[in-house]
Amino acid sequence: MRNIFLFIRRYFNFILFLLLQGFSIYLIVHYSRYHNAVFSKTTNQLTGKINEQYNKVQYYFQLKKTNDSLVTANKKLYDKLKADFALPDTSSNILVDSIKVDSMERYRKYEYYPAKVVYNSVAAQNNFIVINRGAAQNIKDGMGIIDPNMGVVGIVTDVSKDFAVVMSLLHKDSHISGKLLKTGETGTLSWDGKTPGIISLTGIPKNVKVAKGDTIISSGFSTSIPKGMLIGIIEEVKADKSSGIFLIKFKAAANFYNLEYVYAIENKQADNIKTILEKVKQKTQ
Amino acid sequence: MSSLIKYIIRFALFILVQVFVLDRIHLHQMITPYIYFLFLIWLPFNMGRTQQMLIAFLLGFTLDSFHHQPGFHSAACVLIAYVRPFLINILIPQEGADTNYNEPSFTSMGGILPYMVFISVITFIHHAWLFFLEAWQFGNIWYFLVKTLLSTVLSLLLIIITEMLFVRKQKFRTNTV
Repeated sequence: MRNIFLFIRRYFNFILFLLLQGFSIYLIVHYSRYHNAVFSKTTNQLTGKINEQYNKVQYYFQLKKTNDSLVTANKKLYDKLKADFALPDTSSNILVDSIKVDSMERYRKYEYYPAKVVYNSVAAQNNFIVINRGAAQNIKDGMGIIDPNMGVVGIVTDVSKDFAVVMSLLHKDSHISGKLLKTGETGTLSWDGKTPGIISLTGIPKNVKVAKGDTIISSGFSTSIPKGMLIGIIEEVKADKSSGIFLIKFKAAANFYNLEYVYAIENKQADNIKTILEKVKQKTQ
Repeated sequence: MSSLIKYIIRFALFILVQVFVLDRIHLHQMITPYIYFLFLIWLPFNMGRTQQMLIAFLLGFTLDSFHHQPGFHSAACVLIAYVRPFLINILIPQEGADTNYNEPSFTSMGGILPYMVFISVITFIHHAWLFFLEAWQFGNIWYFLVKTLLSTVLSLLLIIITEMLFVRKQKFRTNTV
């Protein structure tokens, strides 16, 4: 017993070194567990506050770009206004409504919340974005984030009271499904950690006609991001020799370098879908 | 000014400069300089190794919290804090010279060469370990090597500029060992 204590005393520094290294590597490997830990909420809140102060200053240098992007986003919305489309004259038709259910009433499926980006990284191997909207402002885990021009930015992974951490597309664990606008095939996005803004799409079979310049949109399969949001434009198509799929590289639609405002998308039916899926799981087990 | 307050201010300044200035530099979209660990290089000679490692972990963890990725910088900082005393022992010119001055610098390490070797080795170890941990998940050796070397060069350049801009007055404390 005495020898053990002597050993520990002798090599205390080395043991402490190994312990601290081990703890750091444990945090790297199980980072999702860190995100669930209680102290991550506190650190997020704290770093968020500091980032917000800095952003107040830095924001002014980007005002012009921010304005431009908001104007283009506005233009897109104006183009969709119902008032701008002439309807064929149907007033002479007399319709008898035989349905008791009011089919004209629509219910909201997606709701958009504007948020400001207070921290943004692109150069790391795994990149995160912090927005100044948190649990107190209706942000939940798993909500999708888009930029003002409807380019997909990422998915919320962690929420504190006033801030939310978003895993951007430039993250190795970010596997959103993307869809070719032309032909409709879906594949999975992944980032190789090298060039920000260039992401790869895998899972598109070789018999599909793909060309440079084609558009990739979100598939809408997940509950986070609605169908039809822009993901990117194809830059390079290569056939994988060892398998039957294409290796596609594309340029992300969202410009990760100068994100200022983003929108968080809440899917009002997300809970609905989740409960059904869980029921199915229980049945099959 | 008490040295504790001095170190606390230094800590905060290095973290803020790293997060809000240097992290936004992306040369060729892959090289980002790091100089915040200069805080660890500038720690006093006579500080205990246990304390050094704990402070290094705290420094790394603070930066990691800003990056929302725990572990990477903490691991790299703890490693350089562990290696630092060995390096000082090898590089200090004569026995007991580290008791004459308070912290490592050009004058206290006895000339430009030993101190340059000291900061170069520390910077290289820090960057190599940091990028190794990052690349380990992606598994691309060449990318890792190029990134490490180029970032080390850029960081060293910035560290030397910092040393020249902020000359720390080193009091000669004693000539008795």
